[in-house]
Amino acid sequence: MMDVGRHPNIKLLTYSKVESIHGYVGNFQVKVLKKARYVNENECTACGDCAEVCPVVVPDEYQQGLSSRKAIYIPFPQAVPSASLIDMESCLGTNPIACGKCAEKCDKKCIDYDAKDETIEFKVGTVIVATGMDVFDPTILEEYGYTKYENVVTSMEFERLLSAGGPSDGHFIRPTDRQRPKTVGFVQCVGSRCEKIGKPYCSNICCMNTIKDTLLLKDHYPDIQAKVFYIDIRAFGKGFEDLFNRSKEAGVQYIRGIPGEITEDPKTRNLRVMVEDTTSNKIEDHEFDMMVLSIGVTPRLDMPEVQKLLTLSKTPDGFFMEAHPKLKPVDAPSMGIYFAGCAEAPKDVKDSVTQASAAAARAETLLSAGKVKLEAITSTLNTDLCHYCASCARVCPYGAFTVDPKKKTISYVEALCKGCGTCAAECRFGALTMKHFTDEQIITQIDAHLEENPHDKVIVFACNWCSYAGADTCGGARLQYPPNQRLIRTMCSGRVDEKFVLHAFKKGAPMVVVSGCHYVDCHYIDANRWTQKRVEKLWDKLEKWGIRPERLLLEWISAAEGQRFQKTMQDIEELRKKVTKDEIEHTVKVITEEEEKRKKK
Amino acid sequence: MPQDDLKIGVFICECGTNIAGSVDVDKLVEDAKNFGNVVYTAKNRYMCSEPGQAEIKNAIKEQKLDRVIIAACSPRMHEPTFRECVSSVGMNPYLVDMANIREQCSWVHMGMREAATQKAKDITKAYVARARYLAAQDETEILVEKATLIIGGGIAGMQSALDLADAGYQVYLVEKEPALGGIMAQLAKTFPTMDCAI
Repeated sequence: MMDVGRHPNIKLLTYSKVESIHGYVGNFQVKVLKKARYVNENECTACGDCAEVCPVVVPDEYQQGLSSRKAIYIPFPQAVPSASLIDMESCLGTNPIACGKCAEKCDKKCIDYDAKDETIEFKVGTVIVATGMDVFDPTILEEYGYTKYENVVTSMEFERLLSAGGPSDGHFIRPTDRQRPKTVGFVQCVGSRCEKIGKPYCSNICCMNTIKDTLLLKDHYPDIQAKVFYIDIRAFGKGFEDLFNRSKEAGVQYIRGIPGEITEDPKTRNLRVMVEDTTSNKIEDHEFDMMVLSIGVTPRLDMPEVQKLLTLSKTPDGFFMEAHPKLKPVDAPSMGIYFAGCAEAPKDVKDSVTQASAAAARAETLLSAGKVKLEAITSTLNTDLCHYCASCARVCPYGAFTVDPKKKTISYVEALCKGCGTCAAECRFGALTMKHFTDEQIITQIDAHLEENPHDKVIVFACNWCSYAGADTCGGARLQYPPNQRLIRTMCSGRVDEKFVLHAFKKGAPMVVVSGCHYVDCHYIDANRWTQKRVEKLWDKLEKWGIRPERLLLEWISAAEGQRFQKTMQDIEELRKKVTKDEIEHTVKVITEEEEKRKKK
Repeated sequence: MPQDDLKIGVFICECGTNIAGSVDVDKLVEDAKNFGNVVYTAKNRYMCSEPGQAEIKNAIKEQKLDRVIIAACSPRMHEPTFRECVSSVGMNPYLVDMANIREQCSWVHMGMREAATQKAKDITKAYVARARYLAAQDETEILVEKATLIIGGGIAGMQSALDLADAGYQVYLVEKEPALGGIMAQLAKTFPTMDCAI
């Protein structure tokens, strides 16, 4: 931490929040809000005189609320930056009559109640997301009595109780009587591997954390009795099995079975559990002075903020999704963005450090090259065909078009185009062409797919980032579905022109699916809003023409949702079977007639 | 407009048994010969391997191919590989396209050989048809700002920051809390070394 704090190449912005990130790989414009500490960070010597005179006492977050701090405080003794700050929500205020004691006491006059939040702007080429994790709050698992029984603590609270810098100065005591417990029980998988609370995944670190905890206990207090209740012990890393064996040799008892309930003896405040030992199939009864819930790792609550800043995706367990689970485990799907640590998945310290170095190396690959090639997939404008209707300007998520319908002028900045193709889909006059995904290219794909037995086939338009990737995820997991679907890739679902859908129906397709990213996940800000509007309009049109609108589906499928893709394809096959040949023939006839009518106009 | 005088090469990957296990690759090779403008077809156990890529490069040179379709895995997996491959013999990287017959065909229709082969045929045919409309594109090269933003000052963020800063790059490390360290700073000791976390 000290190395980071004093490194000349690191600008450390603590107590800060990224407010916005604009741009793309190589050129991200970043805006950071640095909150006021009300204490001059550079002048403060962390002497602590201010905190001594501060009359306000609040729970100390660093100590998991097991002890208290003042309104002016240093988060923990080794904190970097080594400087105090004022928690303004608790501070009595700037009015000297109200308080002002800290300012009076500070010799160096570091305290400024009028300090303001600061906005800092800078440019970077790459971004590393290392936003970390939260821990599971076991209060909702009423059967464990956490917060009801004081002697039931979480593994995080246990860390503080065992720490030399903790609330009890490293003397291990239980909360109710501040006496050293003689028997301690650990319950594993609290908030992990549990479908019923929506946490089906293994949190990766809790088994080893408990093994470590039992060893620390046994080292400090050899007479202590420790028992661990587990589903299975996952000691898979280098040197981990050794630690597990050491813990068993030290006398820690491992019992395969998770207690259904913890109860308290109101007199002794001791805790009792009934558990089925699944190795002997016997119901056992255990009593402890104290119990530790080995809580799991959860995605951070504030993840959606960062997700939105960088349009990232999440896997079903709620952690950030990597570009490829095996070959690009450090990269985000968008170029120039990388993951480090628990933001991507639960990890221990070693794996976090490993991924962090990998992320740094991935970022360095771009930084040291100094340049990067961008895909040439953008829209081009043919002003000769333009009617200045401004529909492109209305739908472009990046404001690349400026149109004046009265003066009949249009300006288009191609450098702003990110290549969603929504403008090309909206333009009724063929003035916009999206490179590499032109009308002709897509129509010819539809024709090729529907050349043989069109009545059996479902045409699926899938966006590159989510639905196409979701189909790949489905394949990677070998999730089977009927072989009648034919998928056509576009960069964004916004590219799917009304005429593509009608063309597929005209060529005899019984069903057409338009699929894209979920609303918040759109990789082109909000281009998929236009997809929805366009499909809704098409539903109306089909209905008017006597074609069942149910034959056109709009599906949001993310890159992680392989199962959803499979289910969608299975459901669609059922719908397809219900579309009769007569119905298809009627559709072909109606659309052909409507097209003729339009041509005559 | 489609270009009718194009020479298209189709290269089909068996991907070991990943594709060949569900798709009749020999039949696909025969079918592909009949697609419009296809003048050359080949299959390989692993098209992405060095010998596989060498086969593509040789065919581009010897057969004077204008377009290349690779029926293999997802373009999300190997499009960069094959773009690089054709570029090395002077073909514009946007003139190669990948027909995804693995993730979206052989892996999801296992044990349905006939239907999977038919689907692989359609997918490949659609890409050959599309190839007739492909145009060379120029990629723009942009400069990379030699600085990195790191969001989060826990153990991972700090490690990334130090690595990049030591390499001489400017790092902006943004931490929400008033001090560095994240969750790790709250741990008494960490495994497997059983030492202090700070």
